[in-house]
Amino acid sequence: MSDHVASRGLYVAIFLALMVLTAMTVAVTYIDMGNANLFVAMGIAVTKATLVVLFFMHVFWSDRLIKVTVVTSLVFLVILFAFTLNDYLGRGALGVAGR
Amino acid sequence: MDTATAPTQTNYINVAHTAKSWLLTRDHKRIALLYLISVSVFFMIGGLFALLIRLELLTPAGDLFEAETYNKVFTMHGVAMVFFFLIPAIPATLGNFLVPLMIGAKDLAFPRINLLSWYVYVLGGLFTLAAVIGGGVDTGWTFYTPYSTAASNTHVILTGLGVFISGFSSILTGFNFIVTIHKMRAPGMTWFRLPLFVWASYATSLIAILGTPVVAIAIVLVALERTLHIGVFDPTLGGDPVLYQHLFWFYSHPAVYVMVLPAMGVISELIAAFTRKEIFGYKFVAFSSLAIAVIGFFVWGHHMYVSSQSAFAGLVFSFLTYLVAVPSAVKVFNWTATLYRGSISYQAPMLYAFGFLGLFLIGGLTGLFLGALGLDVHVHDTYFVVAHFHYVMVGGTIMAYLGGLHYWWPKMTGRLYNEGWAKFAALMIFVGFNLTFFPQFLLGYMGMPRRYHMYPEEWQVLNVLSTAGATILGVGYFIPTIYLLWSLKKGEVAGDNPWGATGLEWQTQSPPVTENFPVTPVVTEPAYAYAHQEKRFA
Amino acid sequence: MPNGHAAAHHEALQHHFDSLQQQKDASTFGMWVFLVTEVLFFGGLFMAYILYRTWYPDVWLAASHHLDVTLGAFNTAVLILSSLTMALAVHAAQTGNKNGTALFLVLTMVLGVVFLGVKVVEYSDKFTHHLVPGPTFQFDAPYQRTAQIFFSIYFAMTGMHALHMVIGEGIMLYLLVGALKGRFSAAYYTPVEIGGLYWHFVDIIWIFLFPLLYLVGHH
Repeated sequence: MSDHVASRGLYVAIFLALMVLTAMTVAVTYIDMGNANLFVAMGIAVTKATLVVLFFMHVFWSDRLIKVTVVTSLVFLVILFAFTLNDYLGRGALGVAGR
Repeated sequence: MDTATAPTQTNYINVAHTAKSWLLTRDHKRIALLYLISVSVFFMIGGLFALLIRLELLTPAGDLFEAETYNKVFTMHGVAMVFFFLIPAIPATLGNFLVPLMIGAKDLAFPRINLLSWYVYVLGGLFTLAAVIGGGVDTGWTFYTPYSTAASNTHVILTGLGVFISGFSSILTGFNFIVTIHKMRAPGMTWFRLPLFVWASYATSLIAILGTPVVAIAIVLVALERTLHIGVFDPTLGGDPVLYQHLFWFYSHPAVYVMVLPAMGVISELIAAFTRKEIFGYKFVAFSSLAIAVIGFFVWGHHMYVSSQSAFAGLVFSFLTYLVAVPSAVKVFNWTATLYRGSISYQAPMLYAFGFLGLFLIGGLTGLFLGALGLDVHVHDTYFVVAHFHYVMVGGTIMAYLGGLHYWWPKMTGRLYNEGWAKFAALMIFVGFNLTFFPQFLLGYMGMPRRYHMYPEEWQVLNVLSTAGATILGVGYFIPTIYLLWSLKKGEVAGDNPWGATGLEWQTQSPPVTENFPVTPVVTEPAYAYAHQEKRFA
Repeated sequence: MPNGHAAAHHEALQHHFDSLQQQKDASTFGMWVFLVTEVLFFGGLFMAYILYRTWYPDVWLAASHHLDVTLGAFNTAVLILSSLTMALAVHAAQTGNKNGTALFLVLTMVLGVVFLGVKVVEYSDKFTHHLVPGPTFQFDAPYQRTAQIFFSIYFAMTGMHALHMVIGEGIMLYLLVGALKGRFSAAYYTPVEIGGLYWHFVDIIWIFLFPLLYLVGHH
């Protein structure tokens, strides 16, 4: 955990970046990119979340334990998604009737 | 004998006597005792329902209950035992008591949250009891949709709320353990000097904080679906009930490791103490706890082989299920190797440890049968499954729980129990357990389905054996209640280290003072340095 | 036993910690561990979202059109601004600026209330247009049935998020009282710091909810 005191200017800069990204994510929905729309929207959301976590939540200056904790939560989130989708997207893959 | 002499020095029990000093305590040791009392109450409630199940199954006809009543009885047995006994039993009682002592801390990192977790547990328990008294619930402990959301007219929401609330108590305990183990270790207590019980508690806590929230949200969705018609799992709206099973088992499979990992931690402590040896392959045993916690999250689909889960997912889950057997086997082999050339003393806690080894081995190996994609279809939802998980949870967890309770009883209370009665009870529990559940393997393999109150006559002999075993088991569980309570008043004064064991908890007085150690200990040795200790005593 | 810590007798130091630094480390790490459980808690809802969006992309498109992008975008901006004020509140606490701490906490609370107010407007609009799942639900064919799943998930996710906002307001109030009583200083500001972590986390959830629910497709 860090006792780092970031400058207020940095916080304002992060805020402005988040606002620009929000405007971008609204703007791109009016451009039809097919399935890519979802990925662009999620890419922007992940970027925004990363900025919040790193700077507003001070993880950038925190010690390794906090960083590992953040990553752990994401890893297990991915496990939940991946193994569940492995069922839904795998249906019919082996040609077993109804399964 | 001066058995009636009370210990005169101040300790965490005699420091204050008012009800308020107990109900508002922040001392992890007192909270452990509060938990001990409350989980015992639920063990008795769950046991009562188990007794009713075995009574009904004494005869092939449904002569004791209607089918609907029987559904409620086995559901309440499962809910009480799983959520209110097995999950909190070892972590919240032994873990609460021992984790700070073992790492040389004054308390858990968040004592108030620790107390809160007990109140949350009690609140969840009261909701569940209210559901029992109000007429019960009949969904099975799994609350499967769409039955739980659309069909059942019993107290699903009340029970679900109870389970949801008690889930937060296990999250709070897990979160407290993780922070405590990271941040509160005494000087010199490095990760690889931690007793294996602490490693196991850490791994258990990881599962509790990562898995519990997912089942919590699943139960919330079930409740919303019943009350507000928010239809996430509702097939009539195009929703998928199998999604509920995914969310449920994402937690509830790892939850079986919440039940058994702390048990494994206890067994490591018992085997080291009663063979007077370092645990063989300490690091392997330590890391196998973490491996079980992590790989345990990859296998939940093996509960869903006969659902509409894709055959491909079944294949992957089956393979990974075999993988999780590896770290469990590592532990069993290393415990066995520790026994080799150890100076084994066959005292009551060690008898429980031996019981654990045998029963967990059977429970674990039959788990491999069930993990096999093809064979599971044959035995799915039969008594084979019931026997399997009782071997792991009752044969594993409760054996270790009782072993640990006996082993640390002198530390917790300052008194020794009657060794003769303790050995007798351990033996009786082992015999009663096997007589109860081994016939169920045979019944299941012959095709007797679980959750029915009637069965064909040719299965009666095995069912009678099982009920007879359950009676012995019930008496076996009752005996320790008597002599342990008796020891509180009349037991011999234990002394600080009656077993001559290593570990910081044995270096402080029995029972410990509120702050655990008069002076923060400095650790200079690895865990289980029995070789050194023998030299010192020689 | 390390007994030489001169700072070890700060009034906020609890008896079972050796130093204020250990106490702060434990509290901050504890908040992060708690946020891990929060991630997984919302994870279950996101999993339901992923499944049904995969199964019913057309329903998602049609149902999402009934959400007001302007209000959603406005609320996103409000929450991001509240994260800024929260970060500035922590900064003020770190630097021992007591008035600044209180001021930025008040701003954060006001922005939170604005967010919840907009949410109330949106919810009541759903009620009047029969978009709340249940017997009164009405939606154009052919999605009369399945559109309920979208709105079920919409209400479950935004409702859980709003509940977290309400709890966050309570935390802010607690912190504000502490700040006004002068409980925090440059040496001890842990509650503000971990309250801030919680607030930012709730903001992050909304950062994902906004595009997933409101911006499914307007092209």
